[in-house]
Formats: sequence, C-alpha cells, structure tokens
Amino acid sequence: MAGKSKAIIINERDNVATALVPLEAGSLVSVEIQGRKEKIKLLSSIPVGHKFALQEVAQGGNVIKYGEPIGQTTAPVRRGEHVHIHNVVSHRGRKEVGDEFRGIP
Amino acid sequence: MNFEGYRRPKGKAGVRNHVLVIPSVVCSQGAAEAITRNVKGAVYLANVFGCAQVGEDREQTKRTLVGFGTNPNVFAILVVGNGCENLPAKEVAEAIAPSGKRVEFIEIQEVGGTKKTIAKGKRIIREMLADAAALHREPIPLSEMILATECGGSDYTSGLASNPALGAASDYLIEAGGTVILSETTELIGAEHLLARRARTPEIGKKVLDLIAWWEREAIATGQDIRGANPAPGNLAGGITTIEEKSLGCIYKGGTKTLEEVIPYGFPPTRKGLILMNTPGHDIDQLTGMMAGGAQIAVFTTGRGTPTGSPIAPVIKITGNGETYRKMKDNIDLNVNRILEGKESVKEAGKTVFNEMVAVASGKLTKAEKLGQRDFCIFKIGLNF
Repeated sequence: MAGKSKAIIINERDNVATALVPLEAGSLVSVEIQGRKEKIKLLSSIPVGHKFALQEVAQGGNVIKYGEPIGQTTAPVRRGEHVHIHNVVSHRGRKEVGDEFRGIP
Repeated sequence: MNFEGYRRPKGKAGVRNHVLVIPSVVCSQGAAEAITRNVKGAVYLANVFGCAQVGEDREQTKRTLVGFGTNPNVFAILVVGNGCENLPAKEVAEAIAPSGKRVEFIEIQEVGGTKKTIAKGKRIIREMLADAAALHREPIPLSEMILATECGGSDYTSGLASNPALGAASDYLIEAGGTVILSETTELIGAEHLLARRARTPEIGKKVLDLIAWWEREAIATGQDIRGANPAPGNLAGGITTIEEKSLGCIYKGGTKTLEEVIPYGFPPTRKGLILMNTPGHDIDQLTGMMAGGAQIAVFTTGRGTPTGSPIAPVIKITGNGETYRKMKDNIDLNVNRILEGKESVKEAGKTVFNEMVAVASGKLTKAEKLGQRDFCIFKIGLNF
C-alpha cells in the first residue's frame, strides 16, 4: 500500500496526503498524484498522521480524503500547508449551521 | 469451516461457557460482585440501572440484561435483585427462561441481607459451575458466528490499516455464511451515503440516512456542539480533523458486503450478513448493545490504544500503530502495522485477523480476558426519575 513513501494519498480525488513519518517544514516530499510523480515543498512541519495540502484550496472549499469531503477550509490553504483544525471545520451535528449544510430532509 | 464451541439447549452456540450473575438493579450490584469474586468461570455485570427508569429506558435496560442472559456464551444465569426495584429480578429471569438454560433469581430483602444473599448465591453458582464443566466444545459452523466490530481511540492508522484489515476479515466471515454487526451510528456521520448505497433495499438505505439525521438533531437539541465529544481529543492529536474523516475511516471495518438489516440497540439480528445496530459512539455502550444482540465475539480496532473487554465475550484488540502495540502489549492482541510499511496487503492482514478470530472462538484467550477486563454499560436514553 504505502511502500517506503513518507506520505500516503488514499484516493485519486484527494486534495490532501497523510504523513507516515514526521515531516519538517521546508522539506520536499515525493508523492504520486493521479499517476504523476511530484515533489511538494512543505510550508509547515507535519506531525505523523497529520495532513498537508496537495494543491491550493480556496476558503470554504472542500477538503477531500478517502475520495469524500471531510470538512471545509476556514482560510485559503496553500499547497504544502498543514491541514487540520486550525484551518478546517466540519458542519455536521452543529446547532449554528443550517440544515441545508447537513442534508437533513 | 468450523470453530469449536458450546452448543446450547435451543440450538445456538457460544464461544465461552460462563456462569453469569446479573444484578437486576444497581442496589444488588455489590452482592452480585461478591458472589462471583474469586470464583473461576463466574462473571457479573456492573449494572448501574434497573430502578427509577420508565418507558424506553426501562425496556432497554431489561432487553440488555435479558440479552446477556440469552447470549450463547452464557451457560446458566443467577439474577440478583434487591426486592423493591421497578425491574424485578423475577421479571428478568422469566424473560431469560425460554432460552432453555438454567436460570434462578434471589432478592436481598427476601433472603435477609447481603451476607445471606452472598452465601446463597455462591451455593447456586457452584452447582451451575459443576454442570458447566461437564459440557465440552464441539465443531460449530462459522455461519453461526455473530461478530461485533468496533473501533475506539482511533488515529490516522485506523482508517489506513486496522479498519481495512478488520473489513477484510468481516468479508471472509460473511462469505462463510456468518454475521457481522457494525454499530456506533454517530461515527457514520459523513459516510452514511456510502453505507446507504450498499443497502439491500432502498427502504433500508433510507433507514441509515434517517438514523444519522436523528443523531444530528439530538446533538443540536442539546444546544451543545458535537465536536466537544467527537472527534475526541486523542483523535485530533492523532491527525483526525473532523467527524467525517473519522467516519470514513471507521466504516471500512464492516467490509464491502450488502447491508442486510438495520436493528435497534440490543436487538438480535434476524438475518445473516452485514447488520447495522443503532448505538452511540461510546465504546462500552456499543459493545454492550452488540453482546445483548447475541454477538459471541468482538474485534476492536484502535490507534491510540484501549483496554476494553466484555464480561461474557472475548474482545480481540488490533492496531495499525506499531508504537501503540509496543507500548500497550498487555492490551493489544494483533499488530497490523505491516500494511503501512508496505510489507503486507490488507487482504493478507485480514486473513490473519480472521484466523485469530477462529482461534479465539475455539478457546484461545484474548489479552482483555487475561487481564479480567469486563466492561459493561447500557446506552441510556432519557432521565432517571
């Protein structure tokens, strides 16, 4: 599945990768995006198990992992940036968000 | 394919042969514990309910206690009451009796105090244990197995390694004709459409979506934010950002087969194959619900590590986090970290999990059993009065 790679992309639709080892800010990480080998320069340190962006995501855009949306960005996210609770929010099960975000009939 | 199990009077088969002492109410929990203390082969339930409950809650407590009594891992049952509770010991015992097993009940008020109750209870379970020892394991087809699946203390490895490995094992069991229960409905939020798509009928698919909508409404009705509980702080530290991300990793453990049925908390499945039981994400609430529904064995995946066990069933703990495995070797049975190292496929790891399940069903003890970890907690709906 992961080989010796330092990060894993689970689904080809994903716009984030998961670090399999701790990664340092400024380092270049090799990943395979839809069959193309690319190097991504990390803009922040990524703890093991945490995610970084494979491409720019506009504010309010979907973060995609497992091929599915896992939340929306609260700020513009750059390629190589740490993606976690400081810049991603979930709208599920929350009172201040309208039903239209939740798909409740 | 078979496992070596215990045949029960009405045809079901268990993987363990416990004598179970059930306190019908919290007031008799102390006596139930004392009756089983230092008695090999006897277990009790740490029930904290059974009185001052009405409606759905009273029914749920009764159904859960009765479900533990009728679970095929149990040989015989002693129900201990206090005497004035609104879930009387006699009512619980009478509901277990149709299973054809020996079931007795005693009440502290009637026997005349705790000491006499303990002495009488010990006499009864000694007889039951002698009979239990005379029963031997025999080959039972895997189609009679009901597997409870669970994940807790999840981190990034759960969705990448341990849950997919358990999913592969779930598929193998269903291919052998068995049954797999998926639960923790709140941890389907964000992945419900994927499960609904696999439902046997559109009505079952709609049930999945309706359940999720109900849980979200309940969360909102509390005026609180579900993020305060889920993902838990350990999930966040482990790299999981949102409930959707946790759920998408979580549903792998049920495998890839058709969703046959959606059942309420603590009810037995009426079909074979993949079943969804409606439970909270609370680890012990859901484990208890699945055991009440007749599951004989559980496989529990973890990233951060957890000690969970059941009073009446083996709980096999697996992790994809190599560091957690090294740190918590006394709790965790299997390490599937080789998936993340690229040294093993998910299917290969799934076969290992499946083989471990058959070995444990046939008598091999789990780490949680060796530690005597016997967690029990009933999903409570409303207020006590």
